[in-house]
Amino acid sequence: MSSASVLSQSIADRAVPAVEVFGLRKEFHRREGLHRRRVIALNPISFSIARGECVAILGQNGSGKSTLVRLLSTLLLEDGGGARVFGHDVFREPRRVQRLINRVSVEASFFKRLSALENLSYAARFYGLPRRETNVTIPRMLERVGFPLDRATGPMEDLSRGMQQKVALARALLTTPALLLLDEPTTGLDPRSKLEVQDFIREVRRVHDATVLLCTHDLTEAEELAERVGILHHGELLCLAPPDELKRRYGAETLEEAFFSATGAVLTEEEEVR
Amino acid sequence: MIRGTATALRSELMGFSGIVERNTYIIRRYIWWELAWFVWTLANTLSIVFIAKGFEQTGAKIDVNKATSWLLIGALVWSYLGMVFGLLVEMVQWERWEGTIEHTFMAPLSRSMHLLGTGIFGVLYGLVRTAALFVVVAFFFHLSLPGADYVAALVVLLVASISFIGIGMMTSVLPLISPEKGVQLGYIAQGLLLVVSGVYYNVSVLPGWMQALARISPATYALRALRSSIIDGKGVHALWGDIWPMIVIGVIAVPLGLEIFRRGERYAKRHGKLKRSG
Repeated sequence: MSSASVLSQSIADRAVPAVEVFGLRKEFHRREGLHRRRVIALNPISFSIARGECVAILGQNGSGKSTLVRLLSTLLLEDGGGARVFGHDVFREPRRVQRLINRVSVEASFFKRLSALENLSYAARFYGLPRRETNVTIPRMLERVGFPLDRATGPMEDLSRGMQQKVALARALLTTPALLLLDEPTTGLDPRSKLEVQDFIREVRRVHDATVLLCTHDLTEAEELAERVGILHHGELLCLAPPDELKRRYGAETLEEAFFSATGAVLTEEEEVR
Repeated sequence: MIRGTATALRSELMGFSGIVERNTYIIRRYIWWELAWFVWTLANTLSIVFIAKGFEQTGAKIDVNKATSWLLIGALVWSYLGMVFGLLVEMVQWERWEGTIEHTFMAPLSRSMHLLGTGIFGVLYGLVRTAALFVVVAFFFHLSLPGADYVAALVVLLVASISFIGIGMMTSVLPLISPEKGVQLGYIAQGLLLVVSGVYYNVSVLPGWMQALARISPATYALRALRSSIIDGKGVHALWGDIWPMIVIGVIAVPLGLEIFRRGERYAKRHGKLKRSG
């Protein structure tokens, strides 16, 4: 059986969850002078995401959100536990997982001197998409994310952050991922761009039936987009439940209060500014 | 089964073409910098080739045309190797700087296609630049090479390129495991490879231990065969004694390079080094 048919079969099997994380653990070693300090990025965490679901993981800077996304993106190796995406082991079958996922991160990462068209074109080739197909789909995808096509041939460095982030969304969706990993996709965007990106995430779920894992520290965004919200604090997943249940559990009126009640945290000045 | 294999192969080749496509875009967008680099390489080559003229001025009895050609071939190989190694060793560093490294390494692009695509693009790019450099310098010095066998020279360079790509893959892992100093270590490797290979002199002038290293360097055979084809006009058949060792080294170096990179990538994934730094 070819890998393509194995993949399509794994997506078609509705009983298999989109994401299963079990006892996943990750630590790093930081050099401090002559010594190396062990830093736990993820304490063993476990959760699963049903297909088509949107789960938001809330957490402050350094809470382990990006580490989780990078582990699921096959960019890190685990130090314990495991993870499956549509039934495929993230660390033993990375190529199969890579075909099913794509990611939008806080920084719209592109070759800045290349144009949006050029950046999307070569990236699509990495996913096996031929030129005759992308000649049609790239402009269509850029239009869908509200990117003006007359700016598509100029260097990316001349585009605003919001526009660059739209190109990043177009790049992720070009490969029709079954699982979309969003790592603070609206951080640093102006309110209008933020709303546009959020609307697009809703549309992607509606039209493509994509599963979304959204890591953010924007509580409103999490509440509006996700069915379930998890709170990650110092590498520990404190809870994962629908927003209303979280509010009930922590006796809070808002998700913000629930978050602070769960983490005992205080907003830093940096986050207040955001 | 056959259809599945064909689909997988098609996907791999598509990924390979993506690497070539990206590098072509980059060169096109930085075309003025390309010109600046060409001028720099030209100045560097001229400064070396003038050594032959300088010796004549000191009263030394040398065949200036032959000495000029001899030094020119060394400078051209240095420049060519610099381009192939440069593209491979900067592959990771450049992506790290632009911030695309995570996107590239999480794409379903096999590392062999990634590295081979970069290496083969480096060879094509290097051939064009080296040919241009050769023409300009030969014209500058009015070099007379009536018997040169350029087809044999091209064959030698292509065969040597297989092992150059393999060794380049080994050095390209350095920026992956050492983001700060990895690129510089790659250039050190290039310099060491050429110094034992007789880049501007005959290998016989080297100390014994360096001559031993020269025997396992593909650049030794490449330099000797290129000089034989361009200066002495020897054909492919006559150069077989230098071609087969390069094939053997290439057959070993490419899989070894891939394996070393694979291990380096695992190390980077284990220690969280596969991320942007720009």
